[in-house]
Amino acid sequence: MKFSYYPGCTLKTKAKELDLYGRKSLEKLGVDFEEVKEWQCCGAVYPVSRDEVATKLSAVRTLASAKQENAKLLTLCSACHHVLKRVNDDMKNDDNIRLKANNYLGLDEPYQGETEVVHYLELLRDYVGFDKIKEAVVNPLKGQKIAAYYGCLLLRPSETLKFDNPENPSIIEEFIKAIGATPVKYPFSNECCGAYVSATNKEIAVKKSTKVTDSAVANGAEKIVTACPLCMYNLTENGNKKVPVYYFTELLAEALGVKE
Amino acid sequence: MEKNEIVRLVKERSGTDARKCMKCGKCSGRCPAYHDMDIKPHQFVSYIEKGEIDKLMQSKSLYTCLSCFACVERCPRGVAPANVIEAVRQEVIRQQGGNKIMAETVPSMIDETIPQQLLVSMFRKLNK
Repeated sequence: MKFSYYPGCTLKTKAKELDLYGRKSLEKLGVDFEEVKEWQCCGAVYPVSRDEVATKLSAVRTLASAKQENAKLLTLCSACHHVLKRVNDDMKNDDNIRLKANNYLGLDEPYQGETEVVHYLELLRDYVGFDKIKEAVVNPLKGQKIAAYYGCLLLRPSETLKFDNPENPSIIEEFIKAIGATPVKYPFSNECCGAYVSATNKEIAVKKSTKVTDSAVANGAEKIVTACPLCMYNLTENGNKKVPVYYFTELLAEALGVKE
Repeated sequence: MEKNEIVRLVKERSGTDARKCMKCGKCSGRCPAYHDMDIKPHQFVSYIEKGEIDKLMQSKSLYTCLSCFACVERCPRGVAPANVIEAVRQEVIRQQGGNKIMAETVPSMIDETIPQQLLVSMFRKLNK
């Protein structure tokens, strides 16, 4: 099975660890993947307004490119995953958007939502399997207490994202167990970090990220893991600064013995 | 009337039916930005149904909503208050002079840590 890997803008700049350790781990796990050729920005936010078409086109180009490669589209950044998955859903189910997008793009064959969008964590759970990962671990992170931070974009709206239980997710906790560490349960793992509003209203981001980090620390977390560069930024810069935040791929690479 | 047309457009763009709201308040109860909003998520739904678009277009909630979709997830009637908030925000920023952030100001916000994802999200939410 082949995966077309979509890194997105931030993984090539401010979130290089998320990308680098993600790729190293995939190689170690024997996953067949190739970076999308000439990928474009996903759009960063899903255009909710029903009359928005132009802002969805770059996502459609990426989805169509994966279809051409006959591959599943593998995402890592939460925002990219959210946008690509929801735009794909529109291309599958919204006649109006599908017609207008295809009229504009003029692809050799109209794109109708054929590509399957798979997040890296879904790949670990559904295609590799956490049992297999456990077997591949050479450096288990024994004794480490790690809090999973999901944020918003991977989970909601669950009707489209179909990622995990939106109110009580467990995929990152399962991942933490697979790499030999102990997951910490706390009530704000799917609470918002403050998102992009931190740029124009820092106070809100400080309130939100402090609530998350305080709760994680109070429940015994020594580390927090996330899949989202924006969550990483807010929890690190606007949180309580008492707990380090890592990309989950960095800990995976460490456990698999491919972190240099 | 122009005002009625704006209300119609906002309803259409939101893709939701405000009349389905049964006023249970789960959306506002779950909203992480509730305390930073002058008009709350459940009120957005009832204001749009009553046609009170002027108040919504001036609401500071348009810029404190985090687009986290928690209200969408919790609504038992599929009303999706966040979609109404987004549709109103679009109406504001699509008007001449409605942009809340200008392209020229973005470079000054770049530093060692701020992720591109944040800047692009912010720009696309607040500028047309």
